[in-house]
Amino acid sequence: MIIVRSRRAALGITLLVSALVTVPVAVPAGAEPMPAAQAADAQESKLLRVGVTQEIDSLNPFISITRTGTDILRTAFDYLTVYSQKDQSPIPSLAESWETSDDKLTWTFHMRDGLKWSDGEPITAKDPAFTYQKMLDDEVARTANGSYVAQWESVEATDDSTLVIKTKVPQSTMLALDIPIVPEHVWSKVSDIGAEPQYPMVGSGPYTITEFKEAQFAKMKANPNYWRGAPKIDDLHFIYYRNADAAVTALQSGQVDLINRLTPTQFDALKSDPNIATNNAQNRRFNEILINPGAATNDDKPIGSGNPALKDIKLRQAIATAIDSKTLVDKVWGGYAEEAAGYIPPVFADYAWTPPDDVKRTFDLDEANRMLDEAGYKKGADGVRQDKQGKPLNLRLLAHAENVVDENAGPFVVGWLKEIGLNVTLEPRSDDQVNEDTTRGEFDLAFSGWNANPDPDYVLSLQTCANRPNAQGEGGTPDSFLCDEEYDDLYSQQLQEFDAAKRADLVKQMQERLYEQATMVVFGYDNALEAYRKEAFEGFPLQPAEGGVIMNQQGYWGYYGATPKGEGPVPTFDENGKMTTSGADTDEAADESGSSTGLVLGIVGGVVVLLLVGGLLFARGRRRTAEDRE
Amino acid sequence: MSDILTPTEDALAEAPPPTRGGGAVRYVLMKVGGGLISLALVVVLGFLLFRVLPGDVIQTMFRGRPATPEAMAELRTQLGLDKPLFQQFLDYVWRLLHGDLGESYVYRVPVLQKIGERLWPTLLLVGVATTIAVALGLWLGTRSAWQRGSRFDRVSTGVALALWSTPTFWLGMLLLGATSGLFPTAGLVNSDTPPDFFSQAVDIAHHMVLPTITLVAVIYAQYQLVMRSSLLEEMGADYLTTARAKGLRDDLVRRRHAVPNALLPTVTLVFLHLGFVIAGAVTVETVFSWPGLGLLTYDALRIRDLPLLQGTFVVLAGAVIFMNVLADLLYRVLDPRVRAS
Repeated sequence: MIIVRSRRAALGITLLVSALVTVPVAVPAGAEPMPAAQAADAQESKLLRVGVTQEIDSLNPFISITRTGTDILRTAFDYLTVYSQKDQSPIPSLAESWETSDDKLTWTFHMRDGLKWSDGEPITAKDPAFTYQKMLDDEVARTANGSYVAQWESVEATDDSTLVIKTKVPQSTMLALDIPIVPEHVWSKVSDIGAEPQYPMVGSGPYTITEFKEAQFAKMKANPNYWRGAPKIDDLHFIYYRNADAAVTALQSGQVDLINRLTPTQFDALKSDPNIATNNAQNRRFNEILINPGAATNDDKPIGSGNPALKDIKLRQAIATAIDSKTLVDKVWGGYAEEAAGYIPPVFADYAWTPPDDVKRTFDLDEANRMLDEAGYKKGADGVRQDKQGKPLNLRLLAHAENVVDENAGPFVVGWLKEIGLNVTLEPRSDDQVNEDTTRGEFDLAFSGWNANPDPDYVLSLQTCANRPNAQGEGGTPDSFLCDEEYDDLYSQQLQEFDAAKRADLVKQMQERLYEQATMVVFGYDNALEAYRKEAFEGFPLQPAEGGVIMNQQGYWGYYGATPKGEGPVPTFDENGKMTTSGADTDEAADESGSSTGLVLGIVGGVVVLLLVGGLLFARGRRRTAEDRE
Repeated sequence: MSDILTPTEDALAEAPPPTRGGGAVRYVLMKVGGGLISLALVVVLGFLLFRVLPGDVIQTMFRGRPATPEAMAELRTQLGLDKPLFQQFLDYVWRLLHGDLGESYVYRVPVLQKIGERLWPTLLLVGVATTIAVALGLWLGTRSAWQRGSRFDRVSTGVALALWSTPTFWLGMLLLGATSGLFPTAGLVNSDTPPDFFSQAVDIAHHMVLPTITLVAVIYAQYQLVMRSSLLEEMGADYLTTARAKGLRDDLVRRRHAVPNALLPTVTLVFLHLGFVIAGAVTVETVFSWPGLGLLTYDALRIRDLPLLQGTFVVLAGAVIFMNVLADLLYRVLDPRVRAS
């Protein structure tokens, strides 16, 4: 009996296995063909599928802090003011106009008339008042964007179209409130503000969120009530790819239409694909090497283990002179980056600063050597310079172990500094370890970098005295541990300066001061590398309009203006956010030959597997009958 | 090979001395008790392990976005991270005893709910892959042992060993590149698949192909090698000579006599490894963005979501322990020699 049973079991397992292998291959090959064919369908129903490689933490507008989450929420909820497509300056959005009191403490926003939520209810000043008040009252509601309201006194809707906000101190970011405004009639009924929201979510942006499957996808639908006019596509899906190479394969085979965060290698590979258009865009990130000028807490107690020799500004400036941004741009980013200038990346043209010739340090190892000789750092017998106490200058360079930039740039930096007589050891650590070590001042040199925002306040604040940690190593996000009176003075001046041109001037002065102090060396701004299927999409509005990005914009222009193939030129939006249809109509004939390849291969693959399994079963059957005959 | 066989040998060695009546109960209690002690250790370890990781959780969460020191302190209090470590541990154990794994820092939902959402994709993937791997491994192992030294034996054992030593992510990436476009490269279902059951099921099956092949390729070798070696041990046994002397065909001797006896260590191995396979799916899930427990753990580790990390750690380690105990108990049922040695 046992034997008979086991034979049946064996047959069962075989059948089960064959079924499992066959079904997935065979059925999609026949009934629901291949991704490339799906792309053609997508074109008809006007669906844009965006591949994202960063996780979405939550789509609760009060909670979400990840880049993709913010991206989606920016597309779902409009703001009082929004950053323009052209040059990322604040322009009117839900608020039509505004004025400030003379002491800059009272802001009055006038709401646009006739605005509607996606469910048809009117949008009034009561909605932003509710949203902001909620953040003032409830600490959970402050999770994502609490910093904007930290210095607010009160917020009030005096009537349906007027919103009055009073702040405790003048706040320069009042036209850049990156806070999604939620509908009061929905959210006033929510008891737990931190809980996962209900879908579909009532919104005011060009799309509304209809479904969210964490770690899989988020779906959005065009909002017919959107006040700037409905978008050209019907559906917008964000699909999560943990693995960037898988996202690239998905783009090539038409499973997604748009991806970003490509590496130079991936980008170059996609360039030669006839179905794909690439976008090499200016990004908002700067990369830097920190030089520890003597780390201290915010009450000036020295911390950490930085080499005391680096307190000498001459030594720091010599190090800065010995780092060649051009080589790093070419070798580390394959040319997809911009050479170093000031602290604020060039994409923010209003604030970016380029060192004038009399201040500019050009890469020159001889000059760096001369500077060190002059400053009295003598070379020892082994060619390593000695500090003033006669100890050899050994420095550690902290690097992020999983970061390609650090990994590739490290050896160059070590090599250059060796040329000027500094013995540098590269120390790769995990990201968290690097963060902890730099926060505690346990470094000599370290790789770092930040994403700047249209409003430069945050990245500027990183270099202030107040941003150093307290004695417990908490309460601050120190970067280079600079604590410079002149810089701090300029910082508080720019914070209270409401004249754009004057503020930009102050910001540039701050960058010059940073450059001179050389507590960090900016060595390049890497570009954002994006790609989309040009057989399915005409293109997308970029932000800024010249050389900007499609995804991760400061606003929603890229997704809002997505233009399917054959639907005319890609729109641009003027300084009032009005759609103007300029731009060339790229009427290239889409190359369709590639799209059927997948289908054919799929069918062939399915048939082969079927034949194989069939053959196996047949062979088994024959053997079994032979056995039974025996 | 010896490391694979150790669990079985241990199981054999630990088999209790022959006693009557209460023996079975004591055996079960001992095994279950041992499992519970391991689980308690896992709980402690899970708490400590993620707290010795460098970096401050709050600092990590706020990195790169504007935050006031007050906001950071506020969040620290909100998450209970301002309490002494010992107090945090007591809170954690107390909640755990009430079946509460805490709330995820990042997703802001109960950890148990999150794990529940992510458990079934992992079970599906691991279940299918293990079934295929076991069937394939047993079949190949039996054949290669029976024809020891033949070309089939050399090739199949060689291939199995090669695949076993292949890094999972590399194999996955290779498959992704080689099958470019034939199969979905990520996820469980397409976002635009119709919601009806049939379309969803077909789409899930389609998405499963690559991860399943990868997982099978990497794990089937151990079943094949154990099956092969345990069958080889039986090959010289007298009862096989007897069976042959009865005039049974070689095929039947193998299937009816040798294999059932050689199957025991393999069955134990299947259960012992089931727990590990769930944890081992982390890499496959990461390569193919499979929304399971492995991916959850990986993401939680990157963003330092302590409660989620503790939760997945306890669940994954718990699975290994549970399977171990089950294997011990099952072995006693399956193998008469353990019962009355």
